[in-house]
Amino acid sequence: MNVLPIIFYFFAAVAIIAAFMVVTFKNPVHGVLSLVLAFFAMSGIWILLDAEFLALILVLVYVGAVMTLFLFVVMMLNIDWAGKREGFVRYLPFAAVIVLMMVAIIITVIGPKQFGLTHVPTPAVMPADYSNTVDLGSVLYTNYAYPFEVAGTILLAAIIAAIILSHHAPKNRKVQIISKQIDIKRDQFVRLVDLPSEKKNPAANGGQP
Amino acid sequence: MTNFTMPLFSVAVPEIFVLCMACIVLLVDVFVKERFRWVTYALVQLTLVIGFLLTLQQYHDYPQPIVTFSGHYVLDKLAVLTKLFIFVVSFFAFIYANLYIKERRMSRGDYYILGLFAVLGMQVMASAYSFLTIFLGLELSTLPLYAMVAMQKDSRVAIEASMKYFVMGALASGLLLYGISIVYGATGSFEIFGMAGLLQNASSTQQAALLLALVFILAGIIFKFGAVPFHMWVPDVYTGAPTTVTLFIASAPKIAAFAITMRILVEAFPALTSHWQHALIAVSILSMFGGNLLAIAQTNIKRMLAYSSIAHIGYTFLGILAGPVDPQGYSAAMFYIVTYVIVAAGAFAIISILSTHNIELDQLDDYRGLNARSPWLAFMMLLLMFSMAGVPPTVGFFAKLGLLEALVAAHYVWLAALALLFAIVGAYYYLRVVMLMYFEEPKSNLVGTHISVTPSLMAAISINGVAALILGLLPSGLIDLCRISVS
Repeated sequence: MNVLPIIFYFFAAVAIIAAFMVVTFKNPVHGVLSLVLAFFAMSGIWILLDAEFLALILVLVYVGAVMTLFLFVVMMLNIDWAGKREGFVRYLPFAAVIVLMMVAIIITVIGPKQFGLTHVPTPAVMPADYSNTVDLGSVLYTNYAYPFEVAGTILLAAIIAAIILSHHAPKNRKVQIISKQIDIKRDQFVRLVDLPSEKKNPAANGGQP
Repeated sequence: MTNFTMPLFSVAVPEIFVLCMACIVLLVDVFVKERFRWVTYALVQLTLVIGFLLTLQQYHDYPQPIVTFSGHYVLDKLAVLTKLFIFVVSFFAFIYANLYIKERRMSRGDYYILGLFAVLGMQVMASAYSFLTIFLGLELSTLPLYAMVAMQKDSRVAIEASMKYFVMGALASGLLLYGISIVYGATGSFEIFGMAGLLQNASSTQQAALLLALVFILAGIIFKFGAVPFHMWVPDVYTGAPTTVTLFIASAPKIAAFAITMRILVEAFPALTSHWQHALIAVSILSMFGGNLLAIAQTNIKRMLAYSSIAHIGYTFLGILAGPVDPQGYSAAMFYIVTYVIVAAGAFAIISILSTHNIELDQLDDYRGLNARSPWLAFMMLLLMFSMAGVPPTVGFFAKLGLLEALVAAHYVWLAALALLFAIVGAYYYLRVVMLMYFEEPKSNLVGTHISVTPSLMAAISINGVAALILGLLPSGLIDLCRISVS
């Protein structure tokens, strides 16, 4: 009996349930942990697809580094998430209808009819000394060199953006900007207003001795 | 490793140059003293000028389209001209930004550096010839924009706008990426070259998957353009962002987005033409309707222009959907988006010029009696508003005329009539600004206040405003360029 389908369905079910739990858990720490579980399940599926290198990278980079950092941040922020879930019930019917429609369309279109084993056969079995790391590297730095470089540039831009947003210049510095002081025109600050002068009432004055 | 040919690096010289300069300027900006901060600005502008010249050289050097970097990069007339427009518009956007951000002490040189990365992303988009590079270019061009919106750290509105822009943008990228993944699953390729042929021979089940992919990809594109029904972010971001950033968001990225729309819909998906035509008809009618009608209700001029941009994107889509029947539609759409971008940049620039001394003059009431305070600026604003409304002899008239001609030639007479109707509705709120400027008294607290404009800023806004008039009087040159670029 072929065990591969069983393993596949196991990982797929875990991935879907975990992904669902990411958005339904009240406690964000639990949410992050379910995301970790979803990544683990996905890497299991990738191994079934003979993409061992990518599966291991997923575990090492995402689970090992990114999600750990993420968990730190979520724990440190300590946000009250319960209050942020207001309106969940109110929007639920509307959201449910849309989600059901989307899921129905996606299932009818992307089913075995379209992406079944006849259309997308399982990858051929490779010899024992085959390394998909070598294969990946050889296309990444030749045919995909241009997208690879652009992706690197995106990361550079992201780093710069993050630094700019988190870096605070000293605020409220008591600095004189001499050019600004000299540039000042009277018109900017002083406005001459014609006030009607109060007329002295001679009659009222005259009444008094 | 089997079929790898060395890419023609000389074709990508403008991108390589801009990337190198961005890294150099980054380092210069770190070490330069506060007094010499203008060096960063000057270097960035120099980069744009040289980039423009390099691209112009390519226009003459490569008359035939060239596909290189293993099918990820294309250099044709559309790519070259899009890049030229992007360089010019960004150059002006940075001139306008110079004083505005200096007054608000928003940043050191980082504003320009992020802007330069965004320009690089738009170049990548213009030359993208596979779904992978289209996506990467889109990310590279929008990522710096998110940060630029939030640069004014003491402004809560700006940070809220940035958050909205970021979350919505990420969602749009997700939609686009999902569509691309379905295309890849159905065809096994994401190069645009040859995609049309693959789709022509697609089986009926494959067609269904491709339709779903088309829906997601279209959603992503419409999101980035900011048209109904994915327009929710536009008014908030345009209003909340610092005015010069709004100017930048409203200008160059639209041209780049037009380029990728042409690549995806026209070059990759000709097999699904009737489907995306129908979708675009709905989108354009809704955008013209929603944009023009909601703009009337606004009291904030930035918000008004945001809704007006939604309407203008609707008009642009009209040209694209007329294109398959009458190729003139594509050039009309290109002409429309380019002239709109010029005009919108000018209008936002005037808002930023008037917003001196850290006060944002973005209420319509602030424009009462502008003529009395600064006749020249008021006249420039008049030209720009006339152009947006489509009043002859400004360029907006010819842009709308070209679109309507193409629509009629493509047998969409009812759509042309509808577009005309919405244009009349739109004319109301553009002309209202003109009326406020010329026939009303200034607000009492603004009477006699001094409007100081630096010479470079004055020159830029004058060129911009007069361009709206000159291009309207002599439109043939730009029309020819647009025709060449999409042929």
